Amino acid sequence: MPDVNITVDGKKVTAPAGTLLIEACKSVGIEVPSFCYYPNLSLQGACRMCLVKVEKMPKLQTACTTVISEGMAVTTDSPEIHQARKSMVELVLGNHPLDCPVCDAGGECELQDMTFSYGAAESKYIEPKNHREEQQWSPVVYFDRPRCILCYRCVRVCGEGMDVWALGVQNRGVSSIIAPNKEDHLECEECGMCIDICPVGALTSGAYRYKTRPWEMKHVGTTCTHCADGCKTTLGVRRSDSGMEIVRGDNRDKSGINGDFLCIKGRYGFDFADHAERLKQPMIRKDGRLTPSTWEEAFELIGREFSRVQQQDGGQAIGVVGSNRTTNEESYLLQKFARVVLGTNNIDHHRTADFPALAAALTGKPDLTASMRDVFNAPAILLIGNDPTNQHPLLAWQIRNNVRLHGARLYLVNAEPIKLERQATSVTQVPSGAEGRVAAFLAGDDSAADALTGNTNREGWIALRDKLRSEANLIIIFGSEIRGGDVSSLVKFTLNIQGAKLVCLADYANSRGAADMGLYPDLLPGYQPVAQASKFHEEWGAVPQTRGLTLPEMVESARTGKLKAWYVVGANPIGRFAIDPYVFSKSFVVVQDMFLTETAAMADVVLPAANAYEKSGTFTNTCGDLQVVKKAGEVSEVKPDFEMIVRIAAAMGFDVRQLVPFGPGTRMDMGQSRGAQSGEADRHAVWLEARGLEPKMSPFDPTAILDEIQRLVPGYDVPRINLLAGNDQHTSLSQSGPGAAQNPKLIVAAKDDLFSSGTLGRYSRALNSVMENHRNQPAESDVVAD
Amino acid sequence: MADLVSHPDEVKVVSKRFGKGATNLDRYLELDGYKAVQKALAMGPDAIINEVKNSGLRGRGGAGFSTGMKWSFVPKQSPKPKYVLCNGDESEPGTCKDRLIFEHDPHAVIEGVVIAGLSVGSHVGYIYVRGEYRYLSEIMQKAIRDAYARGFLGKNIFGSGYDFDVYWHGGAGAYEVGEESALMESLEGKRGIPRIRPPFPAVVGLWGGPTIINNAETLANVPHIIMGGAEWYAGLGPPKNGGTRLFCLSGHLSRPGVYELPMGYNLKKMIYEVAGGIPNGRKLKAVVPGGASTPVLTADEVDVGMDFDSLAKAGSMLGSGGVVVLDDATCMVKFALRTIKFYQHESCGWCIPCREGTDWLKKTLARFHAGAGLKKDIDNIYYLAENMLGRTFCPLGDAAAMPTMAFVKKFRKEFEDHLEGKPCPYEPLGRTMELPVLAH
Ligand SMILES: Cc1cc2nc3c(=O)[nH]c(=O)nc-3n(C[C@H](O)[C@H](O)[C@H](O)COP(=O)(O)O)c2cc1C
Ligand code: SF4
Ligand code: SF4
Ligand code: SF4
Ligand code: SF4
Ligand code: FES
Repeated sequence: MPDVNITVDGKKVTAPAGTLLIEACKSVGIEVPSFCYYPNLSLQGACRMCLVKVEKMPKLQTACTTVISEGMAVTTDSPEIHQARKSMVELVLGNHPLDCPVCDAGGECELQDMTFSYGAAESKYIEPKNHREEQQWSPVVYFDRPRCILCYRCVRVCGEGMDVWALGVQNRGVSSIIAPNKEDHLECEECGMCIDICPVGALTSGAYRYKTRPWEMKHVGTTCTHCADGCKTTLGVRRSDSGMEIVRGDNRDKSGINGDFLCIKGRYGFDFADHAERLKQPMIRKDGRLTPSTWEEAFELIGREFSRVQQQDGGQAIGVVGSNRTTNEESYLLQKFARVVLGTNNIDHHRTADFPALAAALTGKPDLTASMRDVFNAPAILLIGNDPTNQHPLLAWQIRNNVRLHGARLYLVNAEPIKLERQATSVTQVPSGAEGRVAAFLAGDDSAADALTGNTNREGWIALRDKLRSEANLIIIFGSEIRGGDVSSLVKFTLNIQGAKLVCLADYANSRGAADMGLYPDLLPGYQPVAQASKFHEEWGAVPQTRGLTLPEMVESARTGKLKAWYVVGANPIGRFAIDPYVFSKSFVVVQDMFLTETAAMADVVLPAANAYEKSGTFTNTCGDLQVVKKAGEVSEVKPDFEMIVRIAAAMGFDVRQLVPFGPGTRMDMGQSRGAQSGEADRHAVWLEARGLEPKMSPFDPTAILDEIQRLVPGYDVPRINLLAGNDQHTSLSQSGPGAAQNPKLIVAAKDDLFSSGTLGRYSRALNSVMENHRNQPAESDVVAD
Repeated sequence: MADLVSHPDEVKVVSKRFGKGATNLDRYLELDGYKAVQKALAMGPDAIINEVKNSGLRGRGGAGFSTGMKWSFVPKQSPKPKYVLCNGDESEPGTCKDRLIFEHDPHAVIEGVVIAGLSVGSHVGYIYVRGEYRYLSEIMQKAIRDAYARGFLGKNIFGSGYDFDVYWHGGAGAYEVGEESALMESLEGKRGIPRIRPPFPAVVGLWGGPTIINNAETLANVPHIIMGGAEWYAGLGPPKNGGTRLFCLSGHLSRPGVYELPMGYNLKKMIYEVAGGIPNGRKLKAVVPGGASTPVLTADEVDVGMDFDSLAKAGSMLGSGGVVVLDDATCMVKFALRTIKFYQHESCGWCIPCREGTDWLKKTLARFHAGAGLKKDIDNIYYLAENMLGRTFCPLGDAAAMPTMAFVKKFRKEFEDHLEGKPCPYEPLGRTMELPVLAH
């Protein structure tokens, strides 16, 4: 768009035609106050805080609704303007309860800030204020009407942003009130976006309310630990008896890939961390029962047993199961430990997407993966399979708001009706299980169309394909329905469309990382086949070069008594794959976990693990965006998986320097040892990095491994300083190894929905209370039948 | 239903057919009905707009904008359908004229709507009638049905090849919905809240299409202009204030009622001659000249011509033609309170200054009138109103602020007389709290 020149307070400002005056002012650092204006939501002109003087206009104008025009001369502050804003503040305060001392928002309230700036210290009114009782709308959403300033942000974010439309305005005039969709309560996606966007303390969070004051918290920027989308989130952390307590998850830092967004899991699902059933002590099976032990005892036993099995039966008698929720550093370290220390390629994890097939198809091709940010800006999107609203809330948000704000065209191909149909340009139904044929058809195999009847005939499919071929810069997003050869078909199709890119959907917070880091029996990090990866062989010395056992093969091997030991890190194969627990009772089993899962219950040694809020490292989201995870604080009774792996190696008599190439340093590590000060430590790490200093000084420091990852894993050589500063860095699959053909049956979708999150979610009070509440509500159809 | 009144000074244009049974279509045709629309069909859009422009017709809904000019803003080409919207939400205290038109001459409104449509190439018109005017809904709907039955509406009207549909729509009881953009929201089935402007309705209106919005009286004048010619119509009033106007004279008058008088007619004459002066031997204290939103005039200020420009010069507004006359037994504080009660009740609540401002004005004035006023309240009331003025989302806030400021400015002494716990000095005179308006 052509640029328009205006002056603001004497400063020249140039901005694209169509820019709102309030944004143009912002672009030169002039802040015009606002309550109702919110970027990317519809305009309201309701609060009248943004009044400014526009030359030649008799009345003050609202900067939030005024579009700039050539030659416009604007004054953003003057006695008249100041008075106008002051009187608005006076007027809202008139009916405001001023219960700041107990209000959740106190200290981070826009009304307080505005009062501070436009100071209306004295009230002109002596009449009683209008009062209404506080209401609980859902387990997580509370509403306190007297505090509401009617900015309608909540209404818009729920409707326009979430496409839920659960909030509205009732009555008129001074009786106007924000109302939930079910008379006195909400039935909604419980994302809490309305709470976060509320400029005052009118909407409050059930999980957080009355718990603390904002200034008593430390704010730690990290990455959500639930689904594979990788929202950036800020944890509000307080000291507690056990070290620290997370009291809030929000997104006050809007710089992340998710901008404003967090779903219910990111916002409330952190409370599994202090669940009563959390493991707090190592346990060793004695006389058939798990009994508390010391860490030393536990490590010693594990070291002894692993060494014994290794010597007697060789590394192939040990099976290692990694996690979708541990950091990249931990996954990398785990597979290195398996290969270098245990001498086995028997390593696997719960696979939820066919990344090896994607890596194989993309090797040597230009960068063909899209980042989560790209999804918000793409002109067109093809989504095959999956239900992002439930399984990838952020992705759904990106797609939805791209359609709303940028007019992107969304093409859906799905076996089921999904909510995103409301945003779709076209919806094509495909018989369940035939999604793979879509890929083949798109790639040019016309015969595949015959399997694709559904509601669309052959001509319809051909028309769709023609249309898609004309969509330059298309992003193709596919769920786990597409695997193996179908993935390469899709890549073939992608290559024929100018600028097209791909996103492959996996299910857990670091599923992509687990795959990229080589938690496979046949693939090293970066999808390098075990026998061919000379880089790794040089670096690590002797490693087994024949492929190891997959998880089902390990189970089979254990059943027949060949597999003598298990090392399970952050996984619950018994629970997840319904494996007969008896299989595990015949071998020596070590489990590192937060809870006594079905698998942990069968273990000989259980080690209490720190979760992603209690350690630092990096995660890779499903798109391949690499982000940091930062430690919120120290919890004394548990250890990060990273440290435990190193300790076990040491207990086996292994020189840990060969595992973690840490060097003598003079500085602190990535936050690992700084406990409650980790927020500072992260900044500290950036500082060190900027000066070229090496922060790592202990074998428990994941940055030492991050160095190795960045050096050896293709696509991970992103600028470290950007990463540590908290910016997402897209990794590329174009230099990956050739991958390997995988058995598609090994991929099992997690099928989590909006309110569940695998084993983790089972221990979240917030998620459980919401699910409970939803179960107790009569279904819409029942209500109608009444 | 209101009784009709009359006076020799009246010049009957819009009220020409009042009381003559023109709700009956045959009768309406006998009284030259539906001739204008046929003439307009022959004239073509540009000629219609020019005629209306030259007639000096200005909007009767309140703002007094040139009607012909408004129509000329509608783009000739539009990808979306164009609409005509007749504003019959008439809810301003003191104003009660559109109801008479709907009641006595509904076909004139229909005719005006069709001609407006012809002038901009629209094929659909809506007539939005205030919800409380329930008794008018059947009259209006029957008129529309009858016009369809004769082929005056619908496909190929008057055999011209031009299609035009008209729909009636009843309001749900909100003054704010008379504001043109809130009117469109309401018609579209949403909450009655104004829209951000620009864009103006002439460019982006109903369902995004260009829309002409005019007051019912404005539109009812149009057929007469087409028939009588611009020159004749303009000549009825002073320059730039063409035609006549339905003045709704209410309050302390001997012969209150709706009179059609030429624009620019002297207010004093209106009170003392047309409406028979102040009854019960009382004297004039004040006049609200153009509906509750217009600043009050004192008894000394009533020697003024009742047209848009003269009243603007006198510091008030012609507004919607509601002239409320108050005698010297009226408590102006109470009157101010009654006025603000209306605006507090009718504020849509969208924007802070109007929602909160009207509420605090009401609370303060109520306490003040009840005898618990503080000296600083008087300035606070003025301060509140002054800070609403010109800063609200729509003009309703101004409509509440302007009269309030005038009451304080012009009748400060009366406010002071209420101080120090003194009872209202006018209470013994036995007036009720109600704002004097014509019986509904
Ligand atoms: C609060 C408010 C209420 C209004 N109510 C009415 C009304 O009831 N009838 C009306 O014709 N105009 C009303 N108006 C004026 C309309 O916004 C609009 O100016 C008018 O309908 C245009 O028609 P006109 O040009 O023929 O006057 C109101 C304006 C405001 C701000
Ligand atoms: S929690 Fe989310 S879905 Fe529910 S009302 Fe708030 S914004 Fe809407
Ligand atoms: S609840 Fe909060 S976000 Fe919603 S309208 Fe009120 S102040 Fe605004
Ligand atoms: S969308 Fe995924 S990453 Fe984002 S908050 Fe929800 S669960 Fe966490
Ligand atoms: S001024 Fe504001 S609150 Fe009042 S009616 Fe207009 S939009 Fe509604
Ligand atoms: S920010 Fe402009 S009116 Fe609210």
